[in-house]
Amino acid sequence: MSAVTTTQIASGRVEVRSRSARSRETLIGAAMASPAVILLVVFFLVPVLLAFGLAFTNARLISPRPARFVGIDNFVTLFGDSLFWASLRNTVYFAVVVVPVQAGLALVLALLVNAKVRGTNFFRTVYFAPVVTSMVVISLLWRFIYQPDGLLNHLISAVTFGQWHGTDWLNNPDTAMPAIMVMSIWQAVGFHMIVWLAGLQTISRDLYEAAALDGASGWKTFANITWPGLRATRTFILITITIAAFSLFTQISVMTQGGPLDRTTTVVFMAVRTGYEQQSTGYAAAVSLVFFVLVLAVSAVQRFLTRERD
Amino acid sequence: MKALPLQLGRALLVVVFAFPIVFMVISSLKPDAQIFADLSSLKAILPVGDVSLDNYRGVFERVPAARFLVNSVLISAVTVVLGLVINSMAAFALSRMRWPGRRVVLAAIIATLIVPFETFALPLVWWVNKLPWLEMHGFQLQLTEGWLDTYHVQVLPFLANAFSIYLFYQYFTSIPVELDEAARMDGAGWFGIYRRVVMPLSGPAIATVAILTFLPAWNSYLWPLMVVQSEELRPVMVGIQYFFQLNVSWGQIMAYSSMITVPVLVLFVAFQRAFIGSIAAAGVKG
Repeated sequence: MSAVTTTQIASGRVEVRSRSARSRETLIGAAMASPAVILLVVFFLVPVLLAFGLAFTNARLISPRPARFVGIDNFVTLFGDSLFWASLRNTVYFAVVVVPVQAGLALVLALLVNAKVRGTNFFRTVYFAPVVTSMVVISLLWRFIYQPDGLLNHLISAVTFGQWHGTDWLNNPDTAMPAIMVMSIWQAVGFHMIVWLAGLQTISRDLYEAAALDGASGWKTFANITWPGLRATRTFILITITIAAFSLFTQISVMTQGGPLDRTTTVVFMAVRTGYEQQSTGYAAAVSLVFFVLVLAVSAVQRFLTRERD
Repeated sequence: MKALPLQLGRALLVVVFAFPIVFMVISSLKPDAQIFADLSSLKAILPVGDVSLDNYRGVFERVPAARFLVNSVLISAVTVVLGLVINSMAAFALSRMRWPGRRVVLAAIIATLIVPFETFALPLVWWVNKLPWLEMHGFQLQLTEGWLDTYHVQVLPFLANAFSIYLFYQYFTSIPVELDEAARMDGAGWFGIYRRVVMPLSGPAIATVAILTFLPAWNSYLWPLMVVQSEELRPVMVGIQYFFQLNVSWGQIMAYSSMITVPVLVLFVAFQRAFIGSIAAAGVKG
């Protein structure tokens, strides 16, 4: 190939050589990309297509008989299954609360940390610590905090001078999901704080100086400079939190197993339970498919709502 | 004047965020009775009273914790190293080489980003249960069916990563193409340009991808829960389950949790800048 660049003479020979160099480039390029492409096909594309295919069969994880096509049976069962509707309701409830609260809190934290005060690095590190800690460990820790004789109830008793003793947070149908929400927000808010911060730092200092010269108030500056400047970041945060909220699984698996009274079952938890514990892959694929359509629809709506309007 | 409430607010937030993790590490040093006795006072987060390493000793007696740790270190290390090579090569081919179809491949890879793993995890379990694998039996190669309960089922599905490819792609396009031409003058081939020119200049991208690959690999739970049955193949997060079978000891749970969390936290503090930078980069470019 070096011959092509060193013999820069206008002749037919160069044309021929460069064509062979180009076909070599194609060959090597395809070869370098192929490990990743093959792995993505085998471990992403095939299972995604399988999710569509298996949903219409009675496939079982381990079964001597081959899977049989059963049409829309799985979906008929699914839509008549009260557990599915409970799971869907719980998932939507979780997302509707967690998405705005977590995004909002993260923005408040980012604004706090963005101010030029001493020790910013320390604060950022502390807020970020839960993000690098595994969700399994965090769920366990909070299970201890939430138990009837746990940390939270001791704290409540101390603060109210023994007037109120709290509750069995994870076993009380009314408090189980909110308890999981609080913990989930606490765990991930540092991550989104960092993303907001990165967005804040892309906004030009000049704009703030101009606003200060015009005597704009803190709120006006925020509404007219900061908020519009964060548009791209906003879309990213909205979509990542929503997808994470819809995928709620680990917390449920470690903390409540879907209880009490199915008040914390989620779509993913239900899919894993039917597909893995009861081994009904076909039915679980149907649940996954519904979940997939849901995620796709919600991100499409969000993209539409946050599109650039000019 | 506005600085004081701001500082107070931030101090309160520090307590809220640090408290559970500090509590975990401190409790790991106390017997169960002491943990519960200290709950209602500040002693809960102070290493006072009956403090010892007994819980840590108990952890190793109760579960094969050393084995779990070795498994997780092995799985994460292989996933990170091979993932870096495979994804950077793909990004190199997509960003710096000209070949027909690369735009389509790039678009397809980016499109996969919006599909959460959870939506196809179960079909993937069914699928890997059908896949063949070559195994050495003595001096004979044998074809076996099904990947359940192996090490490779915990690594191979997570090597190629669309997000890693995208991050490398973004970074590689910012390196001047003139460098490639200079290297070619010196007789370097495409692979030589990748290995000697582009990769040595990509420190920040490599750090970003390494971190974003390591964390989910170390923390993975759902996947090994579904595909690994044997105790000796399980990673650390699944190991936690063993502590809830008969007589739960919170002291031991805290000790085990600290063991699998504190090294990552130390790593995080040491590479704080790269960690936070990587998340920020992911957000701005995502």
